[in-house]
Amino acid sequence: MIVQLIIRRLAISLVILLAISVLVFGATLLLPGDPALAILGQQATPERIQALHEQMHLDDPAWSRYLSWLGGLFTGDLGTSVASGQPVAELVGERARASVVLMIAAALISVPAGIALGIWSALRRGRTVDSAITGISLVLAALPEFVIGIALVALFATTVFSILPAVTMAPPGTQPWDFPAQLILPIAVLVLVVTPYIARMMRATMLEVLDSGYVEMARLKGVPERRVILRHALPHAIGPVAQVVAIQLAWMAGGVVVVEYLFRYPGLGQALIDAVNYRDVQVVQAVTMIVAVIYIVVNLLADIVGILANPKLRTGGDR
Amino acid sequence: MSRARSAEATLTPTGAPMVDGSAWHEQVAAGGDVLEIEDLRIATTAGGREVVRGVDLHLRQGELLALVGESGSGKTTVGLATLGHFRSGLTHAGGSVTIHPSNTTAPALMTALGEESLRRLRGSRVSYIPQDPALSLNPAMRVGEQIGEVLEIHEFGSSEAERIERVRSVLREVGLPDDDAYRRRWPHQLSGGQQQRIGIAMAFAMYPDVLVLDEPTTGLDVSTQAVVLETIREMTVTNRVAALYITHDLAVVAEIADRVAVMLQGELVEEGPTDEVLRAPRHRYTRTLLAAVPDLAGRNRIGEFEARRRAVEAAEADAARTSDPDSGPAAARGEDRPVAAPAPAAAPGDPLIAVRDVSLSYGEKQVLSSVDLTLRAGECTLLLGESGSGKTTLSRSIAGLLDHWSGSISYQGTELAPSTRRRSLAQRQDIQYVFQSPFSSLNPRRTLGQSLAVPLEMSGDLSAAERTQRVREALDAVRLGRAFIDRRPGDLSGGERQRAAIARALVNMPRVLICDEITSALDVSVQASIIDLLTRLREERGLSMLFVTHNIALARHVAERVAVLDHGVIVDDGPTDQVLTAPSNTYTEELLANIPSL
Repeated sequence: MIVQLIIRRLAISLVILLAISVLVFGATLLLPGDPALAILGQQATPERIQALHEQMHLDDPAWSRYLSWLGGLFTGDLGTSVASGQPVAELVGERARASVVLMIAAALISVPAGIALGIWSALRRGRTVDSAITGISLVLAALPEFVIGIALVALFATTVFSILPAVTMAPPGTQPWDFPAQLILPIAVLVLVVTPYIARMMRATMLEVLDSGYVEMARLKGVPERRVILRHALPHAIGPVAQVVAIQLAWMAGGVVVVEYLFRYPGLGQALIDAVNYRDVQVVQAVTMIVAVIYIVVNLLADIVGILANPKLRTGGDR
Repeated sequence: MSRARSAEATLTPTGAPMVDGSAWHEQVAAGGDVLEIEDLRIATTAGGREVVRGVDLHLRQGELLALVGESGSGKTTVGLATLGHFRSGLTHAGGSVTIHPSNTTAPALMTALGEESLRRLRGSRVSYIPQDPALSLNPAMRVGEQIGEVLEIHEFGSSEAERIERVRSVLREVGLPDDDAYRRRWPHQLSGGQQQRIGIAMAFAMYPDVLVLDEPTTGLDVSTQAVVLETIREMTVTNRVAALYITHDLAVVAEIADRVAVMLQGELVEEGPTDEVLRAPRHRYTRTLLAAVPDLAGRNRIGEFEARRRAVEAAEADAARTSDPDSGPAAARGEDRPVAAPAPAAAPGDPLIAVRDVSLSYGEKQVLSSVDLTLRAGECTLLLGESGSGKTTLSRSIAGLLDHWSGSISYQGTELAPSTRRRSLAQRQDIQYVFQSPFSSLNPRRTLGQSLAVPLEMSGDLSAAERTQRVREALDAVRLGRAFIDRRPGDLSGGERQRAAIARALVNMPRVLICDEITSALDVSVQASIIDLLTRLREERGLSMLFVTHNIALARHVAERVAVLDHGVIVDDGPTDQVLTAPSNTYTEELLANIPSL
């Protein structure tokens, strides 16, 4: 039953990805200007432009270019970066790894922290701790990530403490995670942006669940408070929170663009910005598809958590 | 299956040696009470208003005391206080609750114990059966696990195997299967009656000494209710439990209770043996409650409930003047003549609504199969069925709220389109629908005036002033009064809300009213006053009515005809008297046999 459900979700995800690929390809077609001209610069001779057109199949009809690009996606051939001449897969792969490290580190901190803060806040409903958590999380949620980033840089990397590096500087041939100190600030920004949402959602669903009949019943049957929370309340609160977590993780996939730019972190975001500047269509397409895949995967995971937390969905509601 | 409470030393379920000297044994041997509630006072934390004022109750082992009162009378608050639990916003303000447990020598003062001691008693020595099993069973835990959890927490037996054996035996005791597959079911895979029996099994698992039941059969079908009541009665006696049974339904009380205590606005107004209280009620409020109970014979004329309530009050005022407390009430009980079916406004005439061969299915599941039903002008038909019988589906199909049925439904000889969207304005206005729950059918953000004007705005041919006039008239017609026009649903009681919902159906001067279980969510006395209202509306306006319900006892009080729906098939259809006295179907017979009565 559950396997069927998951397979169905997977199939739907594939259809969505296909639709996204059409959109992405269509959008890059709409970019103004001739990519060949953008690459070669204003001094390019018509012959050289013509040659590049042929090399990039720019004169083929759009649908045939789309199909060959799509075919490439499935075989792992993302094309060649026109700006650097490197294969896109190689160029983007390295950047993606750097970004994923950032995101996973941020997720590993912010998800448990958000859930724990939310539960704590709900259990202390109306007390000082609750008001403090609610207030602070509201302020953080209202601040854009670059404001938080700049504030952290100002606080820890420049005038006040000056203990952490403000930008990432990885010499060629090294990876960003070879210098853990450089990762702290970017991760901290992502954590500070994402945690408040998770904590607020967790608090709200937890309050609702704590008021439910089965939690009262558990207490009336003499279940110890700790077990009431972990066994009876938490599983019901986690389903809706998983959705918020997914949205936040997916946001991170796009939100890293700003954070990476701020810290000069060599990740996907940087790659995307550079590619747009150089009209490096192949790279733009590849990065956008990767972000789309991340969105879909985290949402799929959230759906699965939701299904696992709800036996009614799991058993298909049959009697 | 019963507990060995012999003279020799034995083991209690918690593992502590239960010797002769336990508090429970001492009390029982002395013929004393197992549960003592003395001058219990409970107040709101904000403002300190007392919601329970000086309640005294005493229960012996094996005894079942019914605590009767309407919503808001404080009966659940007293029940929960018995477990030492106060809902948020409430606090203990005085008096005491004492339990004499069978595993220690000291009595337990539930109103003074610390959290940890209370926790050890809850679910083991004093347990609770809640009102709505669908809400109080954890939807994410298998039912066997939920029963097993009680045993595990209270350290029943010495091994997991022993606990599983107890889960099996208690499942058998409440009449459920005890196999592994059943224990591994989820709550949503059980019917309402089965869920409630899981609740009962959970409560009895630890052989408690005191049991609190909070309207455990409200919301169950009559036949399910009969079985559940039987189970409760039996388990109470064999386990020698002192049971506090909270309810608003006096018919249930008559079936099950040894004694009755009546609560009104936080105070006990009457207490005594069941027979005495039901046959010769002393307090005015008890008499009002009794006058509201629908009976199958139709003798207790709830269609005239309001008039009789006033008669009771008048009689009491007289009695007070002549200072003779016994002269008044007899006249008010009105057991002299049964109601002839409520007088229809006109002789039932031509079929107003004719349902022919209507079928409907949701996917594989056939909900209605070839239903025929006729509603005549000026007539009220009671559509009877248990949950899942398809009665709401049928009434919604007639009203046009569902449109994927097949067959034909005609109104005044004209075929109706399946969906309201395709029906003419006049057709839509003529057939009006009142929903079951007045708590969800009125928009909480709108005043009654705004909500009631919506159907009029849809028709579009009245000026704003005329609309207001119509709304006022409708509010008058349902005996709320035009002053309610600016009130919001949140300020209203359940009965008042349902009146407002009826008024909304009336603003367009309908000819047919479809009432879908409109009294099931209400207290018995509120139900009686709504039935009274409907009876008078039919007289005043010549309405035809389809009264959908699961309560067959209402039949003689509201309807000339009864149609019985079972699993999507009409199994009985005819004049009320005929169906009730000579049912043509075994299902109807079974329903009739299961009605609790005074």
